[in-house]
Amino acid sequence: MRMDVVLRAAAKFFIPFMLVFGFYVQFHGDFGPGGGFQAGVIVAAAIILYAIVWGREAAIRVAPVRLVELMMPLGVLIYAGVGLLGIATGGNYLDYDGLVHAPPTPEEAVHGRHWGIFLVEIGVLVSVAGTMLAIFYAFTGRGAK
Amino acid sequence: MVLLTLLAAIAVGLVRVRNLFAAVVLFGAYSFLMASVMVVLDAVDVAMTEAAVGAGVSTVLLLCALHLIGTREEAPRRVRPLPIAAVAAAGAMLVHGARDLPAFGAADSPMNTGPGAWYLRNTAADMDIPNVVTAVLAGYRSFDTLGEVAVIFTAGIGVALLLKRERRGRAEGEG
Repeated sequence: MRMDVVLRAAAKFFIPFMLVFGFYVQFHGDFGPGGGFQAGVIVAAAIILYAIVWGREAAIRVAPVRLVELMMPLGVLIYAGVGLLGIATGGNYLDYDGLVHAPPTPEEAVHGRHWGIFLVEIGVLVSVAGTMLAIFYAFTGRGAK
Repeated sequence: MVLLTLLAAIAVGLVRVRNLFAAVVLFGAYSFLMASVMVVLDAVDVAMTEAAVGAGVSTVLLLCALHLIGTREEAPRRVRPLPIAAVAAAGAMLVHGARDLPAFGAADSPMNTGPGAWYLRNTAADMDIPNVVTAVLAGYRSFDTLGEVAVIFTAGIGVALLLKRERRGRAEGEG
């Protein structure tokens, strides 16, 4: 497939837009449709398209296996860590009220919740993108004889 | 209605087709149609997930699996009546149950008067963001989403454990 000019040109054109769209879905997820899960899948799909067109080895140079396997638990830890931050700032587990200002006034609690959502969504993005790529690498690694 | 008819046609095709490659492509088309149905129902977040995961990544993963196992499915030896009867009975019960569901978008249905309405009323004041879906998933019901992320993590670890070939202290081509 490496010789297919149309596919290569189209992929070269699409992959940057897919990545930008993925991050748009991530960071605009509070305001429009989308969120960490969808963004993670879109970012992973961009890398998978790269792997399909240029081969698994090229994709591993961009996103090494160790990196994606590190991202899987890292995302869960970011999410759980935001929960612990909630306790540290005087609330319950996963209580975002005091994340920005502790102790919060009611207006500041709203600000804290907005930040909390933003931070846990980053955890979701990291974990989902890592898992999708790890599964993809695991499958394609079997095929490479 | 057009979408649902196409969905039904693809479902029948999926059952009939014997070539697994064709089945995977039909499955991707089914997911994409399902995403369109979600858009029609105004569930844009779900539609995006369905299009990205169902039609995109899982199609690629299924194709990867086909690369390993081949694309021919054995023809069934004989028609088995019991599974068909069980599926037909379950389908009939679902259709029967669906007749009692409230009409789509009915204002007095439990979905639109219970917690759902509360979230819609309070999200703007509580979270300062307009996307209620994100507010519910990552804010009000954050514990559930933490569990979901843990599930995804577990799935990834499971697949990696089962399928990864490179092991420490062993040569590449072995195993």
